[in-house]
This record gives sequence, C-alpha cells and structure tokens, in this order.
Amino acid sequence: MEKRNVYLDSSATTKVREEVLKEMLPYFTDIYGNASSVHTYGQQSKAALTKARETFAKLINAESPEEIIFTSCGTESDNIAIVGSLLANEGNHVITSKIEHHAVLFTCQNLAKKGYKADFISVDKTGRVNVEELKSKITDDTVIVSIMHANNEIGVIEPIEEISKVLKEINKTRNNKILLHTDAVQTAGKLKLDVQKLGVDLLSVSGHKFYGPKGIGALYIRKGTKIEPLFHGGHHEFGMKPGTENVAEIVGMTKALELANEEMEQESKKIFKLRNKLMNGIVEKIPEVVINTDIKYAVPSVLSVSFNYIEGESLLLMLDMAGIAASAGSACATGSAEPSHVLSAIGASPLAAQGTLRFSLGRYNTEEDIDYVLDVLPKLVERVRKMSPVWNKKAED
Amino acid sequence: MEKRALIAMSGGVDSSVAAFLLKQQGYDCIGCTMKLYNNEDIGVKSRTCCSLNDVNDARSVAYKLNMKYYVLNFSADFKDKVIDKFVKSYESGRTPNPCIDCNKYMKFEKLYNMAQNLECNYIVTGHYARIEKINDKYYLKKAVDDTKDQSYVLYNLTQEQLAHTLFPLGSLHKTKIRDIAKENGFINADKPDSQDICFVPDGNYVKAIEKFSENKIKEGSFIDKNGKVIGKHKGIVYYTIGQRRGLGCFQKHVYVCNISAKDNTVMLGDQEDLYKKEFVVTDFNWILGVPPTENFSCSVKIRYKQKEHKADIEVLDDNKVKIVFNEPQKAITPGQSAVLYDGDIVLGGGTIAD
Repeated sequence: MEKRNVYLDSSATTKVREEVLKEMLPYFTDIYGNASSVHTYGQQSKAALTKARETFAKLINAESPEEIIFTSCGTESDNIAIVGSLLANEGNHVITSKIEHHAVLFTCQNLAKKGYKADFISVDKTGRVNVEELKSKITDDTVIVSIMHANNEIGVIEPIEEISKVLKEINKTRNNKILLHTDAVQTAGKLKLDVQKLGVDLLSVSGHKFYGPKGIGALYIRKGTKIEPLFHGGHHEFGMKPGTENVAEIVGMTKALELANEEMEQESKKIFKLRNKLMNGIVEKIPEVVINTDIKYAVPSVLSVSFNYIEGESLLLMLDMAGIAASAGSACATGSAEPSHVLSAIGASPLAAQGTLRFSLGRYNTEEDIDYVLDVLPKLVERVRKMSPVWNKKAED
Repeated sequence: MEKRALIAMSGGVDSSVAAFLLKQQGYDCIGCTMKLYNNEDIGVKSRTCCSLNDVNDARSVAYKLNMKYYVLNFSADFKDKVIDKFVKSYESGRTPNPCIDCNKYMKFEKLYNMAQNLECNYIVTGHYARIEKINDKYYLKKAVDDTKDQSYVLYNLTQEQLAHTLFPLGSLHKTKIRDIAKENGFINADKPDSQDICFVPDGNYVKAIEKFSENKIKEGSFIDKNGKVIGKHKGIVYYTIGQRRGLGCFQKHVYVCNISAKDNTVMLGDQEDLYKKEFVVTDFNWILGVPPTENFSCSVKIRYKQKEHKADIEVLDDNKVKIVFNEPQKAITPGQSAVLYDGDIVLGGGTIAD
C-alpha cells in the first residue's frame, strides 16, 4: 500500500478548521483593540468578546454568560477550579480520581504536599470511578470533588451525573457545599456538554481539542460558586483571569465548539465506525493484543491498545517513520518509563502497559487511513516482536 | 534509496558534529537521545550528560540540521544493566568502568535494535575511534586524535555491529570538531567535554553507591601482607587498587594492594607490592569474532587513560585470556578492562578478574 500520512492523535491536538481560522483572522489585523479600552477600537473587540461569551454559555447550557471565563488552556482552567476553590472555601480537602490528567493529578498531589488533604479514588477495570469509595472519603473538610468527564488515555466516560446526584444529596445537610468540577477537555466537541444535566459547578475546556486554536481554554463557574483567582492584575474575566483578552482565539474556540456541536451526531457516528474498524482490524490481524478502551463507556474517538511483548516507544517511532502519528499513553507522559498511571489504575499488567499505544481519531480521518494503518501496523508489530527475546522464547514454548 | 542513519546525540558537541557530517554525506538522518536516568534519581539539578538541558541541546542541533529527533527512554534498562552492575562490582571489591557496559548494553544493544526497527542502515555515535573494512572483516582502530581516542571503551563491538556502525569523528581532531560546531552555530559549540561517570556527576561515587544499593557500607580492617590488622577502613567501596590518598596515617607511604569483599578487608602495602606481570581477563570479546589459534604478543592497555605495554597473550577456554606483561605493571585492577592492541588496531578486550 502506498505510504500516506495518517494523523491518529486527535486527543493530543487537532488542526484549526478553515471556518474557524477565517472567523479569527480579522481579530489579528482589523479588530485589534484592547477589549478594555473605552474607544471604538476597544468596543469592537469587546463586542466580539461579549458575543463569544454569550454563545459559549449557550453551547454548554450555562445559565448566564458571566459563568464563563476564558483562560489560556485546559490546564489553567483545572488549576483555577481546584486551587481557587480551596483558597476561597472553608475546608482543606479535595477528592479526585487516580486516572486524572496530570493537570488535575499533579495539582492535587502538589496541594497534598503543601498541607492540604487529597484523596485519589480508584477506578474499575473499565476506568470508571468507584462512586461508593468517593462517597466514603467525604469529610466535613471536603471542598471540591474533581473527576474528569472522559479520560485522555483510554477514552472512558466518567459517571459525572451520578456523582453530582450523590453530592447534591450530601450537600442538603451541609453548610459548606461540596463543589463538583469536571475536566471536560476530552469531551468538549465530542459529547454535548450540558452543565445543568451534568450537575457540575465547574467545568474545564480546551480549544485545540476540537479544531480550535491552541492557547485558549474556558472555565465554567456556576453562579454563586466561591472561588479565588490565582492571578492578580486586572478586572478581566471577572477578575478570575486578569490579562488582556485574547479575542481572536476566544472567537475561534467558540466558533469551533459551535461547529462541533452542530455536526456532532454525524461526526460521532463516522468516527465511531472508523475507530471500531481499527479496533476489529487490530484484534483480527495481530495476536497478543489487549484493548484497553471499553467502547461501551468511551468517547467514540479513542482506542487504547496494548501490544504484549513490545515496547510502545519502538512501535511509536516506527509508525512515525511510516507516516502514522499515534501516541504512547498520552502525549504529556511521553518520556517517562513508568507504566502510565491510567493503565496501572485499570489493572493492566506492567508488561502489557509498556507496549501501549493510543490511537485517537478525528473528523479528517478516512476509511483509507484506517486501511493503511491496518496494513502497516501488523508488519511493524511482527518486526519488533521478532527482535524481542521474550517473544521468541514464547514462540518456542 | 538513500541510506538511513540513526545518530546517538548526547547533546554534546561531538555527537552534534557527527550528525552534521553524516547529513553532509547525504544520509537520511534520524537523531535521538537516550534518556538513561531521571536527574532527581541521581540527585542533581545541574547539567550532566543526558539531562534535560542536554536533550534540549541535542534537539536544537537536530532540528537545525532538519532531522527527525526522538528521545528514547532507556532508564529502566540503564538501571538494571549499568548502574546496578556498577554498584555490585564495587561491592565485590572491584573497580568497574560503567561506560563500557553502557556502550555494550545501551548504545550497541538497545539503540542498535532501535536502529534496526527504524530500518536504519547505520547507527552513528560521536566516539573517537575508526572502523575499517579489510577483506570482508571489520577492524576497530584508534582515533587519529590520540588525545581523544576512545577505542578502549568499544572493545565489545561485534563484526555485525561494526558493519552497521559509523564513527565520523575518528579521523578528525577535536579542535576541528569545535570549529565545525562554531561555523554552524550549534548551541553547544563551547560546551565543556563531559567528565567522570554521567550518573555520578559530582564524582562522589560512594554517595552514588549508597543511594542505589540495598546494602549498607560496612567498616572493616586494613591488613598488611601477612594478614595482620593495621587499622580500620571506611568500607571497601571507598578504595581502589593503587590508591594512596585517604588511607589515614601510617609510618610510611602505603598503597591499596588488594580488596577482599569476602573478608571485608583492604590490604595495604608498599608501592612495589602493586607491581604484577600476570593476570586473567574474563568475558573476552575478539573484534574479529574468533580468538587467534596460537599464543601471541601485543600491546595491552589496562586503564582508559594509560599507555599500552607489551605482553604475551594466552587464549584460555570460556572467553578467558591470560596476559603476561613483559615488565611488571602497577595496579592491575579487577573490574577494569584490559584491551589488546596491535598498533592502532583493537584486537579485543575483557574484564580483569580477581
């Protein structure tokens, strides 16, 4: 099969859609005023900002635009949500899961080092958090529960609504209400986000995961939620994210989410089909593989596969040489030898975890892309295994 | 199809220039840096070989040369095959040379496999040594720049590895290397040469052993030639054969002449007690793949930065070789490597036995 370039790393980032880029361009050169300025230039920018905020609020079913603050990225949104609520509320305890993105996991670990209390809830073998365990960890000091909406490595969707119901019940009898935050970076643009239905107080989003630009994110903060800013220096974004507003990117991210929501149904179906084709092809053509993504509970775009007796790093590089972009675990964890915290948490054997790749599909992938991967990947796996002493020994037995 | 090469880039000036030279020769080059340990694990924040800064330097050069570049995480294997072995060697009274194991297990095993996986014809390093093909055999030779020659640490190479390895710096002088780096604006053109053992950046290898070992360092006795206890030592890992400093106060100059892990003793003696002619070398690798059929004479080097001396060689069974120097040599140290030379040509080498 002829060599082609196949991008299967859409969970790491996506390209900016043409329509999005077009929407953004005027704000670099024509409408460049500082949205805080009094004059007409500033007002033009402010108008765009206001409109984007209103649109964005509607897209996630927020009650009012004031509940949306624009940030620099998903990581920043997560940090403001978790650290900001601990600073503003009585209590010192955060509950999260063992499989969070590092933006949440490291933030909570760091808080634990600084004298706060943090609990990390285990997950079942599909990756879904143990809600009973979560419940049991709640104390009078608990300020916030932060559970991701979908996991970045294996794609599993967490039972946020169920957790919300549990917390609402508990909150009935508490003065200091426990806040619920979800990192929706991996679901925005893939699932319809509805903050009412989810029942969350805080929700993080990142623009570049759904064909918007990099360097822009959002944080939904439910009206009445007490939260302290981490940065100081201005009134921008209701004081939560001081600094001149990045209007072009805000407009771009909003447009991207708008388009994604409009096309979600058909895109999801298409991507789901392609992902399953990839999964079935891998299982059929390659022996000794473990599919880590339970498709019953996962977003349609992600497929995590462990290839036994292989180092994921070799395979990743060989795929790159063949034009195929995938990822070992998540892009953020590359370069660490430890099996990923997510795979450990779902009970994957360390041996299998070593040879794990994440394929994440997007709107630009085609049948031909998957055909090409299914042509190349089995050969590469065979080649690496041939050089593995463990594999050869096994073949002899 | 153009030939493809995987360049092992440490972030230093040598491997950067090696990459440049290969690129110039028209190879399709892929750059990579082996990540061998986490800086926190070896207790440093500053720069050493393989630290994050070095990765950034290597990456900067690779991208400047328009090459693909990867960081390869070999830290688990490095711990198993190099650091742990280093610790065990010291704990059994020997003085290891971990760079030799790193070349053997990391560069020419793990990385070599990676090169094959990536369908590279060659693996390229910035070593100062030469490979020459004569009548279908590959010969490992000293570098042209005598002061930089690294052939000593490469004696474990096999014919197959030599056939797929390139040392582009082997015929150049170091000054020339720095000139090339400067001319091309490499970020590391003035970076100092790496020193010491990369995972013991402060040179305090005892501290490193304490950190990596499960065993506690135990004090023991200094003894004289007759086995009489003449003092107390801090633990055998503190000492190497021929050492004179740090032994404490004695009436005359004394030297470490023997280290016994079994008895936890360190034998001290006079300088002349250090001189020996005969010793055995184990795990011997012959560059040509097979040992010579007859005994012969050649030059032997028993430490990295020492001169070779004439010796008679007897090939024994089990990859062992007996070496008898013409003149007694000082401090033949178990754990170090003995490498055989015929002029510029490396015949092979192995580890000096107890």
